[in-house]
Amino acid sequence: MEHPFAISLDVGSSLANLTGSWRTSRPVYVDRLPPCNNACPAGENIQSWLYYAESGDYESAWRTLTIDNPLPAVMGRVCYHPCEGACNRAQVDEAVGINSVERFLGDVAIRNGWRFEPPQADSGKRVLVVGAGPSGLSAAYHLRRMGHAVEIQEAGPFAGGMMRFGIPKYRLPRDVLDAEINRIIDLGVVMKLDTKVDRIVESMREGGFDAAFLAVGAHIGKRSFIPAGSASKILDAVSLLRSMEGEDQPLLGRRVVVYGGGNTAIDAARTAKRLGATEAIIVYRRTRDRMPAHDFEVEEALQEGIMMKWLSTIKRMDEGTLTVEKMRLDESGFPQPTGEFETLETDALVLALGQDVDLSLLDGVPGLEIKDGVVTVAPNMMTGHAGIFAGGDMVPSERTVTVAVGHGKKAARHIDAWLRGDAYAPAERHELAGIDKLNTWYYADAPKTVRPMLEIARRQSTFEEVQGGLDETNALYEARRCLSCGNCFECDNCYGVCPDNAVIKLGPGQRFQFNYDYCKGCGVCAQECPCGAIAMVPEEI
Amino acid sequence: MNEQTTTLDATQKLHFYQKGTFTVGNRLVSDERRAVQASTDRSNALTCGHRACQGCGEALGARYAMDAAMRATGGNVIAVNATGCLEVFTTPYPETSWQTPWLHSLFGNAAAVATGVAAAMRVKGRSEVRAIAQGGDGGTTDIGFGCLSGMFERNDDVLYICYDNEGYMNTGVQRSSATPPGARTATTPAMGPEPGNVFGTGKSVPKIAVAHGIPYVATATVADLHDLERKVMRAMGIHGARYLQIHVPCPLGWGSASHDTIRLARLAVECGLFPLFEAEHGVVTSSQKIRRRVPVDDYLKPQRRFAHLFSTEEGRERIGRLQGLADRNIAEYHLLEAEGDA
Amino acid sequence: MLKQIEGSRAMAEAIGLCRPEVICAYPITPQTHIVEGLGEMARTGEIKNCEFINVESEFAALSVAIGASAAGARAYTATASQGLLYMAEAVYNASGLGLPIVMTLGNRAIGAPINIWNDHSDAMAVCDSGWMQLFAETNQEAADLHIQAFRLAEELSMPVMVCVDGFILTHAVEQVDIPEQADVDAYLPSYEPVQVLDPKDPISIGAMVGPDAFTEVRYLQHYKQTLALRLIPEYAADFKSRFGRDSGGLLRSYRADDAELIVVAMGSVNGTIKDTIDEMRADGLSVGLVTLVSFRPFPTEALREKLVRARNVVVIEKSLAVGMGGPLANNVDLALRNVAGAPQVHSVIAGLGGRPITRTSLHRVLRRALVQPWEGSHFLDLNEEIVAKELHYVRKVRRSGPTAENLLRRLGQAADEAAVKTAV
Repeated sequence: MEHPFAISLDVGSSLANLTGSWRTSRPVYVDRLPPCNNACPAGENIQSWLYYAESGDYESAWRTLTIDNPLPAVMGRVCYHPCEGACNRAQVDEAVGINSVERFLGDVAIRNGWRFEPPQADSGKRVLVVGAGPSGLSAAYHLRRMGHAVEIQEAGPFAGGMMRFGIPKYRLPRDVLDAEINRIIDLGVVMKLDTKVDRIVESMREGGFDAAFLAVGAHIGKRSFIPAGSASKILDAVSLLRSMEGEDQPLLGRRVVVYGGGNTAIDAARTAKRLGATEAIIVYRRTRDRMPAHDFEVEEALQEGIMMKWLSTIKRMDEGTLTVEKMRLDESGFPQPTGEFETLETDALVLALGQDVDLSLLDGVPGLEIKDGVVTVAPNMMTGHAGIFAGGDMVPSERTVTVAVGHGKKAARHIDAWLRGDAYAPAERHELAGIDKLNTWYYADAPKTVRPMLEIARRQSTFEEVQGGLDETNALYEARRCLSCGNCFECDNCYGVCPDNAVIKLGPGQRFQFNYDYCKGCGVCAQECPCGAIAMVPEEI
Repeated sequence: MNEQTTTLDATQKLHFYQKGTFTVGNRLVSDERRAVQASTDRSNALTCGHRACQGCGEALGARYAMDAAMRATGGNVIAVNATGCLEVFTTPYPETSWQTPWLHSLFGNAAAVATGVAAAMRVKGRSEVRAIAQGGDGGTTDIGFGCLSGMFERNDDVLYICYDNEGYMNTGVQRSSATPPGARTATTPAMGPEPGNVFGTGKSVPKIAVAHGIPYVATATVADLHDLERKVMRAMGIHGARYLQIHVPCPLGWGSASHDTIRLARLAVECGLFPLFEAEHGVVTSSQKIRRRVPVDDYLKPQRRFAHLFSTEEGRERIGRLQGLADRNIAEYHLLEAEGDA
Repeated sequence: MLKQIEGSRAMAEAIGLCRPEVICAYPITPQTHIVEGLGEMARTGEIKNCEFINVESEFAALSVAIGASAAGARAYTATASQGLLYMAEAVYNASGLGLPIVMTLGNRAIGAPINIWNDHSDAMAVCDSGWMQLFAETNQEAADLHIQAFRLAEELSMPVMVCVDGFILTHAVEQVDIPEQADVDAYLPSYEPVQVLDPKDPISIGAMVGPDAFTEVRYLQHYKQTLALRLIPEYAADFKSRFGRDSGGLLRSYRADDAELIVVAMGSVNGTIKDTIDEMRADGLSVGLVTLVSFRPFPTEALREKLVRARNVVVIEKSLAVGMGGPLANNVDLALRNVAGAPQVHSVIAGLGGRPITRTSLHRVLRRALVQPWEGSHFLDLNEEIVAKELHYVRKVRRSGPTAENLLRRLGQAADEAAVKTAV
């Protein structure tokens, strides 16, 4: 007894009192699925790479990003970023500019010449990838990193597919595209250009391939029958955009009409404008709000002076004139003819009515099913013919670069498993980290950074890139706007707010641990976790 | 890499901390700029194993304040505690949760006992050791008020911290002079012509402290740790009488969920009922602006002590009066950005 | 050094020689001159290294002393009467925490009716609070007891109350020998606390103690006071050897060894009693006196030793436990409990609210005790006529009004009647 009995006590002696026994529910650390990740067709772990980016560790960010997607500089330009549409921050102020940070990282990687880690060991298996578009490149990249020998056979003279032949330069500069494709080839992927696969089964046998991934895309422009005079200049949008990659630029004349309402129609019209058309008019049979094209692209086109003619169908074309019938929408939103006609002065008509797939390489392959012009694949991306997988625009899905890249990754995982006589089981999806799981009070108000845009005059006359990128300060700022939904970002809140000191801080990068000896289960940590990375679970008593 | 670091520093200066501006820590800023509570070196003046209820705001507030004071003084703190929850749940024989020198004497004399401690330290030539008195609102605004006022007017070198949970919780939730109007307590039941605590009663001890002209007075909340720690640090940087009143929700007494402790403290500030301000030598010098203003309903509704207000027409009218009190605070302390600028 | 000096000043100087480090002052008659003296000495630097704190109440005064003492400073305060009651909660707390505070109690009656004059009601009100209580007979002893009190308090870690009769001692100017600083320093070692608030070696003081240990805490307090029964005479003897005079101790006897009748009393009244005894002895009456210095701890055995051979014991005390009688008499009874052939104990309540205890009255009551001892309490010089009138009035009239005022009115009437008679 060092000091007076009972009245005076040794400091910290309450550690003997294990208050954890009071608990009826316990907090547990969880990783919930961020909405951005959930929405990303390429399956990127966006929250994770933003986590690195916001600390200025761009290389780790880029490496995390490219685990899922080998084309960040491309993606940062052409992706329609459904991630941002799902971003919880949109409900606080504005969505995080994920796409712009992705582009920043892609550009930094190109500038610094970062390369992919080569595979650790070769599997001894050979995989044929048909088509060097986004889907094929993605599949080749993933398969190669898994250790397989990959050969891409591409019918055209350049790799890139629709990224090169469908997306105009002013949206995707070709040096960026080339840099990211070359980085994949540098992994040891064999790229054979001007090599059209006519008979897939034969090609596989001849090359000694164990599996094939078909990603030939959809690049045959759909034609609609439009009565036309002999001198009428009618061409399809895909051909127009493809010809932009050739030596000679196409001659369209001063007045160009584009028929269609998708993104390709917009691209075609904006290209025509840049080629010198004084009038570039998009004719679409419905209204603006029903256009499949993304609104921001419509907006950019309007800024550049593209004209829109809604509720109109083209009935016929004569030399220099188009006959257009006005339409009206019926109760169900379908356009119906009105019998009213008008004429437009036109030098060229560009049809942007969608694309078909050239499926000739599949002729005679047993087991395949073709439906509505595309190949049916199982959930593992395999066609009806064992060992032949397919993805991208040639299978039923949304036709975007991002979806295609996602297909490539998904197919690669299944091909890899199939080659090992196994089946790929995707990881169980975590619970979605919706806004209701967050405590947004802890985030300061920070509006989205606006990316610089090229001035209008130059947008109307050159193919310079329209949208600029972020500089480092902006990119950091933007990355730090991420709420880190569902994933601990080591803010120390749980460590700080516990009234019972029952949270153990494990140090940088190690996160935290609950001390259940003392945790009374009050739930303050879970309530005050900004990002929803703590769940309360009932104790079994 | 060097260039990158430079840019990072530049952006830090620009306060680009979308993440972690208000959180306890932030891996993106230097240790000094994080809250004391973010540090594994914090003193945990109040450690594990105490017997506070689940989600106790006072346990939290006491650790926040004492750890900050320990940081500010290099560990040279002696605490004097009034009788009350904080005393009972931290020091039931044979265990204490305190890790600092700590003394409990009586319910109503914490301020005077701390005066004695400060005097002893001065006379012993150890004036680097600082005295802190702490108590609940009962021990401060009621029974300890005489000693508190005496300590103030003598300008004794004591920081008095009142953990304000708006009632006598230790004895079973009775009314104190810090109980808000309308609140149901065991001695102001939700019955009769004026249910709950009577409107027009109670007192603002922070204001009374300001009227003493003492060097420093502040209010703080467990919902804004950075602000709280800054105020404790500021207080410990000053000699003479200082007063800090920290709003600490009480799940037991307020009839709220244990996990809502900080949320309620935050809502009390954001609706205007608990204004955060600082005063020096009798003059209010600053106030913490409301970030996301909410109606008082948002604050009152999760608390069963106010449930009776929501069930009748008269109750709704009383909620209106509470909103009036909040509005008055907002105007008086310039709690909204626009008004502050005006 | 011999000084012709007021009692309060003498005490202040003695306290100053004890090198108090924190002094808390709140004024209350008749204690004021003590703290005024200390305040002045602290200001002039006569007492070095001392914090003199003017507080807002007695409750705060003792509370400040509690904090100072727990933080390792030698702490002192003084009070009286109402002030002691106002700090009562802290009185118990200081002893419960084992803090060696020394407090002077300028003994004064407790209201209502409000009364500023001397009796021992205040000391009795807190006699069981765990403080030691030493009663001074003279101004010299009042000064000396403080020096012994600090040593006793700090040795046992228990607070000590030095009880001095208000006005009779505090305000009387007498010759007092004020000790030299060096002698006091040699007698009183510097304060070495058994527990102290120190960031270098933190502890929690003032835990909540439940049924599991409360009895033991109380027992240990009691046990310490039994230790004091040994220390008090020891320190008094040491004091005598250094300063050459008898001051303190548990008790003193005067002509009591062979006395048939022994008077027991505390405080300044002992002087008058001694004179009375001398006169009675001159008349051949066998009377002696035991002066109690230490009321807490109560020196049961020492007192029994002194009283056991007498036939009758008369306890004269300046306090009344209403509804019971004399608390000192009750305690004296305790000393004789279970003693075969023990003397009879008779209680005299005297000097309440400052009423003078005269030799005439003492002669009357002591001579009566020799021939016709009484049971129960005898109220010395009680004006029975006035009491009877008031009792009669109260029985008759429901709304009889306040007793104190009624008595004053009757006293006035009696005085008038006496004046008329004299005139006639």
